[in-house]
Amino acid sequence: MGEKEKKIIKTIKIDVDKCNGCRACEVICSAFHASPKYSSNNPARSRIRIIREPLRDVYVPVYAGEYTVAECAGRDKYTIDGKEYDECAFCRASCPSRDEFKEPDSGLPLKCDMCEGEDEPLCVKWCLADALTIEEREEEVDEQVEQEDLEIGLGSLVDKYGLDKLMDTVARMSEKD
Amino acid sequence: MRYAETGFNLEVDLTRGNIEKVATDPKDTELYLGGLGTNAKMFWDRVGPEVEAFSPENLLIFGAGLLCGTPATGCNRTILTTISPQTKLMAFSMMGGFWAPELKYAGYDKVVLRGKSEKLVYLYINNDTVELRDAAHLKGKGSIETAELLRTELKQPKAQVAAIGMAGENRVFYASVEQGRSSASRGGMGAVMGDKGLKAIVVRGTKDINIAEPVEYMGLCNEVLEYIKYREDHPIPGVMPILAGLGSPQEMKVHDEKWHTENFMWGNSRTRRKDFWTEDIQKEWTETLESTRTRLISCFNCPMKCGATISMPGLPTYMMKCFTKLTYTMGAFSDLNFGLRIAQKATEYGLDGFSTPQVMAFALELLENGILKDKDFPEMPEDNEGKFYYLLDKIVKREGIGDILADGTYWAAQKIGNGAEEYAHNNIKKTEQLPLKLSMLNPIYFLMYSTGEKMNITQIEGQFPQAPFPKKEHREKFCEDWIQVPDEKFKQYFIDWEIRGDNSIPYYPTVEMTCDIVDWMERMHYIDDALGQCAGLSSFPLKPPYHIHNYPKFISAGAGIEMDEEKLTKAATRYRTLVRAINVRRGMRRKDEKPPEDHWKKRFPELEEQLLDGYYKMKGWNNDGIPTKESLQNLDLGYVGEDFIKRGILTDSEDTASKEASAQEEKK
Repeated sequence: MGEKEKKIIKTIKIDVDKCNGCRACEVICSAFHASPKYSSNNPARSRIRIIREPLRDVYVPVYAGEYTVAECAGRDKYTIDGKEYDECAFCRASCPSRDEFKEPDSGLPLKCDMCEGEDEPLCVKWCLADALTIEEREEEVDEQVEQEDLEIGLGSLVDKYGLDKLMDTVARMSEKD
Repeated sequence: MRYAETGFNLEVDLTRGNIEKVATDPKDTELYLGGLGTNAKMFWDRVGPEVEAFSPENLLIFGAGLLCGTPATGCNRTILTTISPQTKLMAFSMMGGFWAPELKYAGYDKVVLRGKSEKLVYLYINNDTVELRDAAHLKGKGSIETAELLRTELKQPKAQVAAIGMAGENRVFYASVEQGRSSASRGGMGAVMGDKGLKAIVVRGTKDINIAEPVEYMGLCNEVLEYIKYREDHPIPGVMPILAGLGSPQEMKVHDEKWHTENFMWGNSRTRRKDFWTEDIQKEWTETLESTRTRLISCFNCPMKCGATISMPGLPTYMMKCFTKLTYTMGAFSDLNFGLRIAQKATEYGLDGFSTPQVMAFALELLENGILKDKDFPEMPEDNEGKFYYLLDKIVKREGIGDILADGTYWAAQKIGNGAEEYAHNNIKKTEQLPLKLSMLNPIYFLMYSTGEKMNITQIEGQFPQAPFPKKEHREKFCEDWIQVPDEKFKQYFIDWEIRGDNSIPYYPTVEMTCDIVDWMERMHYIDDALGQCAGLSSFPLKPPYHIHNYPKFISAGAGIEMDEEKLTKAATRYRTLVRAINVRRGMRRKDEKPPEDHWKKRFPELEEQLLDGYYKMKGWNNDGIPTKESLQNLDLGYVGEDFIKRGILTDSEDTASKEASAQEEKK
């Protein structure tokens, strides 16, 4: 119990004061995630979007996060420094309440994967204004909590199906892999 | 599959309210690339010389460049093309911003407008939904205001809107089409849009743009980004700061305006104020800009920050770029605070920032000199700045004297008569130019001003330094990493160029060298205007990231059209010649190709003739500036030659007959 594990945490730092609203991040994101890679581009497929309202000086890059099947019970709306932002503006979820972070044709959810396989997320590389920068740090994370969660979950399955059946199933699943 | 382009245009007949999606011919892309090139082809095919600016048959084309919407940095320009009410020639004007890529994502390369709508309408494009809609509620609204209203009422915050203000609705000859921080200002695009009864085009698109060779293309894009970074860190030494870096002149960023305010002319392009820029003024103007400029901003997919959001106290926020910062200030002999305030109004009205202040200063000069009378300006305020606001409103509403001034200085002077023509002194081909008056004729600039069909020197010049560096070692140093030259000879031209002595202006660069230099600069602008690339990263600044050596690769990898330097040069020459041919068919000749009389104090008539002769010869045009049958044939423009012969512009035997004919005309 209480074992520590090392994990790399990647943080994209977003400095909205430096954003010039050019949307190069949207362009390169959609190009990178095209199949084959770079074969097309379309900002509507991007996993980053710029909330951009020049007349109100609103410039906020937001990244696509987790897909959610249901919308929140309520919504939020921020006013910061006198600037009012749209409902749920900063939320990263691909959610039934809005069109953000969904493939425009299929409606399938989009999620930022930090451009797996590249040295750095390409939105960061293409942001010459330095509104987007990346920081990596190593953190020790406590595995204990996860272990507890796992045991609680398995416990309930054992209660329901019995330990033997559960072990059989696990064995069968691992063979398949 | 089509690459880089969508392969479809929208044809909109405003008279009948008919909209069609039309597939384009890939062969045209190969020959004329896109943007200006294919716009010009349409004008040749469809708009005869009898069509006037306000004829229903006149086209107004919004053409996205060939590479717009691809990841190529800074490739975001819409090329508007129409018959200009001011020049009566085919005019083209470019706007950056976000509109062209959005049009491509909606699935179209161009919007081609013809006819006239009885009622004011706007065009709504949302992918496959394309509709003309009533715009009665937008009548008289400002251009930026209109864009905001439409985005809100359509619930399309991501839509891009190109709109006219009241100036366009009232067909002011120098009305612009405004789009956020960008505008197509020259040539009266807004006037023709207003004449057609079209208030705005709203576009939203969520489709893909395909790339022919994805990995190669991305490699090229990354090289460009790297070079931009390099140039940011390595400004060019020995030139004034606004020419040292990339982008449009960084007017929104810089505070030091000594050079502009002391070298450019004030008022109606007359007065030079040599000791204007004092510490006090620097302090005051810096304070004005710092306190009202909210942010430096960019166009689509470009790291340059050539524009700014400006919030003047008590006025709606607007966006500005480049030299409009100073044109109103200098036209009115006022200060930056006034200039930025009146520009807000002018932007909402949708007016060209170069022509408008000159027209107003021209009117007041006519009043001072008794050619116009007090009664022509009823209830005009006493104070100088008040007069400019007064005139702005009169022009935009075409009220009283404003109705005459709304046609620009050339046509206004014709109407006013009584010697007013002398005061419309800063025009080329009937269009107001930058307020610049210099001493010694510069052969390079003479040719660019004379033969340019873009009406704005900033959209013709670039690439070759404006003046020699004082020391040879500096010139040699400059050439060391000058990779953009199409030929090594340009380096020698520059190294040998001296400020004084035998190798100085006006006789050096020689006629032949001057023609080469102008041809290079012009070629780069024409390529940009077909691809949709902003001149600020290409043809305008020294040592730009895009040039003749990497452009063919961009076209090959992006659009899948086999391309090399020779083929690209030929294509650019082809549609440059076609632009010329369209205007020749409309009557433009050698006699029209001249800078303002007073642009330089020291003129050299004989040399000027030699320069024009040399340029025409190099272009394969006859002595009257008409492309010859043979050169047309070599450019696959045989159909133009046939038309010229049919119309008697050229004769079957040789190309000299028309020269004689025009000489006859001159004598009359």
